[in-house]
Parts: sequence; structure tokens; C-alpha cells
Amino acid sequence: MVADTDVAAKIEAPPRNTVGPIAWIRANLLSSWSNALLTVIGLYLAYQVVSSLIHWGLISATFTGADGSVCTREGAGACWPFITAKFAQFMYGRYPEPERWRVDLVYLLALAGLVPLMIPRVPGKFWNALYVFVIFPIIAFFLLVGGVFGLLHVDTALWGGLLVTLVVATVGIAGSFPLGILLALGRRSKMPIVRWVSVGFIEFVRGVPLITVLFMASVMLPLFLPPGVTFDKLLRALIGVALFAAAYLAEVVRGGLQAIPRGQFEAADALGLSYGKKMALIILPQALKLVIPGIVNTFIGLFKDTSLVLIIGLFDLLGIVQLNNSDSKWFSPTTAMTGYVFAGFVFWVFCFGMSRYSQMIERRLAASDRR
Amino acid sequence: MAVVTSDRGRRQAAPTQANFLYRPEVRQAIYQALLVVLLLALFYTLVHNTAANLRKQNIASGFDFVDRTAGFDVSQSLIAFNSSMTYGRAFLVGLFNTLLVAGLGVVVATVLGFVIGIARLSSNWLIARLATVYVEVIRNVPLLLQLFFWYFAVLKALPPPRQSLTLPGGGFLNVRGLYLPAPVFEPGFEIVAVTILLGMAAAAAVYAWARRRQTLTGQQFPVLSTSLALIVGMPLLTHLVLGSPVAFEYPELKGFNFQGGMVLQPEFLALLLGLSIYTASFIAEIVRAGIQGVSKGQKEAALAIGLTQGQSLRLVVIPQAMRIIIPPLTSQFLNLTKNSSLAVAIGYPDLVSVWSGTVLNQTGQAVEVILVTMCVFLAISLVTSAFMNWFNRRMALVER
Repeated sequence: MVADTDVAAKIEAPPRNTVGPIAWIRANLLSSWSNALLTVIGLYLAYQVVSSLIHWGLISATFTGADGSVCTREGAGACWPFITAKFAQFMYGRYPEPERWRVDLVYLLALAGLVPLMIPRVPGKFWNALYVFVIFPIIAFFLLVGGVFGLLHVDTALWGGLLVTLVVATVGIAGSFPLGILLALGRRSKMPIVRWVSVGFIEFVRGVPLITVLFMASVMLPLFLPPGVTFDKLLRALIGVALFAAAYLAEVVRGGLQAIPRGQFEAADALGLSYGKKMALIILPQALKLVIPGIVNTFIGLFKDTSLVLIIGLFDLLGIVQLNNSDSKWFSPTTAMTGYVFAGFVFWVFCFGMSRYSQMIERRLAASDRR
Repeated sequence: MAVVTSDRGRRQAAPTQANFLYRPEVRQAIYQALLVVLLLALFYTLVHNTAANLRKQNIASGFDFVDRTAGFDVSQSLIAFNSSMTYGRAFLVGLFNTLLVAGLGVVVATVLGFVIGIARLSSNWLIARLATVYVEVIRNVPLLLQLFFWYFAVLKALPPPRQSLTLPGGGFLNVRGLYLPAPVFEPGFEIVAVTILLGMAAAAAVYAWARRRQTLTGQQFPVLSTSLALIVGMPLLTHLVLGSPVAFEYPELKGFNFQGGMVLQPEFLALLLGLSIYTASFIAEIVRAGIQGVSKGQKEAALAIGLTQGQSLRLVVIPQAMRIIIPPLTSQFLNLTKNSSLAVAIGYPDLVSVWSGTVLNQTGQAVEVILVTMCVFLAISLVTSAFMNWFNRRMALVER
């Protein structure tokens, strides 16, 4: 013990210029002349961006007011009262005001299912998944559409804002799931015709822009149906989005299938399992777990792409912001900018949150692989 | 006894007597036949229904409409177009506009993406952080929203022509677009153009010669500066000797608008800005992953043999990283091309806007119009990926 402290006492402290904040600055910001120059440029850029954001969003912004006239003065920044006045519309669209509790309830039910599902430590994943993927969608459907149990029927033409964004994204991905998995299996099938059909569908859909698929769903789908049969506009968009997402999801799932070692397939065959049982019990559970990050990334892409439904006349969050930007009551030079910044922030929070979650899952999977 | 014999008998006979339906190849044939029948039935129903619907709505079918007069004008076109020309010509206008914005977008996004991707790995903490913020903000906001932002909130909020923002070099920026000086070629310019071509050829020759000399003797030759002198210096000299056969026509404010020069319309600018900035954030991530995928030893070895930081990046790290980068980069190029169809939302006359928008509305022939649009995008996708695959094979590791 005594010897130890003696040794410790003799060890000199590291030179002052190799530890502490000054050393960190020297190493990371000023290691050479060119680096110092870069730092100066970076500081200038950061200052410009941050200061103009603060100036626009806080210092010269307007916080209260009843219409756009409060935001028309020279050099005005953000027009926040526009957001507060329109907030309910941005969230629910034209969903009737007395019925909006139903939307909130759906959000609550979704959160109650999703939060425990997303936290790996919480037990009971099977029942939780059953709730999220089977029970919740049924409840949500009846709550949102209404027309039964004394609930007022709300036409989907009245839906809008974040509600439509979330509905299109979640139904799109959920609807694309079975088809995506089938296509992925089909692409790896030994039967040539099945393989060609799958490859053809996947490559065709991945080769064209979502807009053309949506155009097809909104303009051509009614032509495909027997005369007299009409379709809800939202449903048409959902079909288009689901078909589109299925092709992308199929490629993600195929990646997972390819990563499963041959031995797993052979072991399942050796046990005498049929093709369906082999896939459902042995291969897919492993493959899907591997590609959770890829699925989340597809979902993020789909979530952003839902904004395209405004082109075929549905009002998602961006669509409703765009619509309200041209409201003459709120006319001012900064209304549009404020609306876009708000919508952008909402989209960003969702997408960034999801990408962070997928990174966490990726790290967990990597950790379990390292054993 | 009897049981045993019958058992043995069954075992021997099993392969030949197995139920016909239990053979895998028979089953597969049946499944596939079912699939074909199902698809044909679906196809037949669709065609049948569509034909019935079209008859009921009195919509013609076929491609006769392509030769009819369009009767609408397009705000920007690379080839001559006016309202008395045909729908077919309008299709070409849209196609060229799509190719123009996609081609320029690919170039800008690649350059910006590489710069930001490398900046994310900078040893300078501040630069790396700024690049990270850029990537995380841009790629998590929908492209359409960014296009709206650039178009409605930035470019459409610019001052009118009379209060234009003046740019250095004789350009102006206002709500009608970006006005730039346009070059006017005078006689004698052909000679300058020929010198540029000659310079390029000479530079290529110098490159080949220097490369051969380096592999033979190890001696290096300053190829870059020589090429610059040949391609830029030589034509510049000819240019000056001939007395500057290129003049610039500057935009001038006349009345309410600018005359002369060339104008980039706000729709085009917004689309180009939005597409490049958005795609660059994805390319940056690809570049970062590619560079990180090159093992550290490669860079250390490059520094150890005395290459500078820049040289080790340019000669050792990037060529190897390219092998990882190219396949996902290809899909980003394709994404950019497909995303250019969002032009329809801000009124840039691209293929989707002119053809699947205006032409579709005027003729009502949804099936033909949308199928043609899809085929064009498929063709662009196939050509781009064929080219990138070829490029990828060239860059691929040549192993013994």
C-alpha cells in the first residue's frame, strides 16, 4: 500500500498542453493552419445560421395576433399566431370538431401499444404485437370512420393534416407487409414463373416515381373496376402507397433471407416441415429480425413520401399547410415560411426519432451477433 | 409375417407408386399454371373493365392523339415549342426538361454530397458537426416540403424586377428568376472551340504518356497543371489573340422586366436546389460509409510512404472507397431522376407535369399517357443502371 502511494506520488501529471479543454481545442480545431482556417469558416457559417434562426424565430417574430396584418411589417420574422390559429386544422384537417376526441383516443391507443412494443425490456411481446397489429387497427378503423355504435360517420374527405399523414404511412406499411414478404419469397423461389413475376413487379415499381403510381391509383384504378363501382379517394391512395412500399419492402426482406445460412433451410427440410411451416417458423422470424433497421428506414421513406398524396388532392400535413398558406386572412410575407418551418419540424421530429430508434436496434442486433 | 412382407413390399414400391401430386416438380408446375391463369384472368378483367369504362365515358383509345395540336404553351423548353405544335412534341419538351434538371441535379448533388461526406469525417470537430447537422436535418424532411420551401417561401418571396438583388458579374435575382449574362459567339469563335477540343485531346495524350512513363520508370509528371494549361490556357490565349470573339449580353431592366441575357426560371431553380440539396445529404452518408469502409491501414500505409493527406485521400482512399460507394450512389441517381417528377407540384414543365398533367387532362387518355410515363422512367432507370454497372465493373478490384 505504502509503496503504491509512493509510486503514484512520483508519477508526474501529464503536460498541461495534452489534457483539458485547451488541448482538445488544439487537437480538434487548430491542429494546423488549414484546420484553423476551416474552424474560422465553420464558426462563421454556424454563427450565420444560428443567429438568423434566432432572429427570425424569436427576436423579430410575432407571437400574438388575430390575422396576418400583424406579420406584415418590414423585416418581420416568423408569424407564430398563424400556427396557433391553424393548429387544430394542421392536426385533424376538417374532421368535425366535436368528434376530434376520437382521433385523440386513437393516438392514445396507438401510443399505449407502441411504446411497450418498442422498449425491448418490456415482456409480453406476443400479446403486445397482437394488440398493435390486429386489435388496434380494428378499433382505430371504427373509431375514425364511425357509423356504428352511435358514432357519427365521418367521411374520409374530411380527414386531413397529421391524421392523414399517419394513416397513409401506417396503413401503407402494414398493407405492404404481407405482399412484400410474398414478393421477397417469390423472388427467391425455384419456380421460374413465380420468380419472373415477382422480379417484374419489384423492378417495375422501383423503377417508376411514386407520383406515377399515385396517378395510376387515382386515375387508372377507377377505370379498372367494373362500371358503377367507385372507390374512396383515400383508399385509392392507400392502395397505391401499399403497392409502392411492397416493392421496396420486398428488397429489404430479400436481404434478410439471403443472410440466413443454408443450414437453417436444410435443417427445416430435414425435420420434414412443409414450405409454409419452414418459412413461417424457422426462416422468416430470423430474417425479419435481421432487417428491422431496413424496415424502419423504408417506413421513414414512406412517411416522408406520404406528402405526395397532396398532388392527387388529399390534404396531409403538408397539403393542409400549403392550403392554409394561401388563406387571405393570414396573408403576409412570412406566412408561407412559418408554415413550412412548422410542418418541416413535425416531419423532422418523427423521422429523426425513428432513425435514432433504428440505430439503437442496429446496435442491439450487432451486440447479440458479437457473442 | 404378413405385416413384414407387406411393409417391405411397400417400401420397395414407394418411389414408383407415390401419388402423382406429391412430386415436387408436378406441384411446382401446378402452382405456376395457377399463377399464370390468375394473372391472365386479372389482366383480362382489367382490360375488359377499362374498355367498358372508356366506351361509357366516350374516351378514345390508341395513340392517335399524339399528332393532334396541343394548344397550350410551355414556360420553358429546350426545343422550339408553341401552342400550335403537337402533343408528341410536348412530350419531347417535357422529357428534355426532365433530363435537363435530373442531369444537372446529379452533378450538383454528387459534388455537394462528396464535400459534405468528407467533411463529416474531418478531423476538425466543428466542420464534422456542421456536416452532421446538415445531413440529419435535410434527409429527415420530405423533399416535397423542401421544394415548396425553396419555391414559395424563398424564390417567390424575392423582390419584383425593379428591386432586384444585384449579383456580382452582372446577374440579377428577382421574383421572376435568376438573370445571367448570356455569351454571344462572334465569328472567329470556332477557332477557339477547336483549340479547346485540341487541348482536351492533347491532355488525354499527355495523361496516357505520363502514366506509361510512371509504370516504367516511376518518374512522375505534373499531369494536372499541364492539362489545365492545355485545356484552359491555350484556348484563352487564342481567345485573346483573336480579340475576344465572345461577347456577353447583359440583362437590363427595361420597363417592368429584364431584357437580354439568359434567365433561369424560379421553378427550375427551386427544383434544382431542392433535388440537389436533398440528394446530397444521402450521397454524403454513402460517401462517409464508403470511406470508413476502407481499412485504416491503407491510409496509414499511404502516409507512411510519404503521401500528403490530400494525396492519400485522392490516390489511395477514394479509389477504394468508390467500390463501396458506386452501387448505392447509382440508386441515389435514380432516386433523384424519379424525384424530379415532383416538378408537377411547383409547376416546372417536366415530363410528368406536361405529359401526365396537361396532356392527360386535355385528352383524358389516362391509360396510354400514364403507361408511356412509366415506360420512360423505366427506360431511364435501366440505362442509368446499365451505365453505372459498366462503370462499377471498371472500378472493381482486378484480382489475379
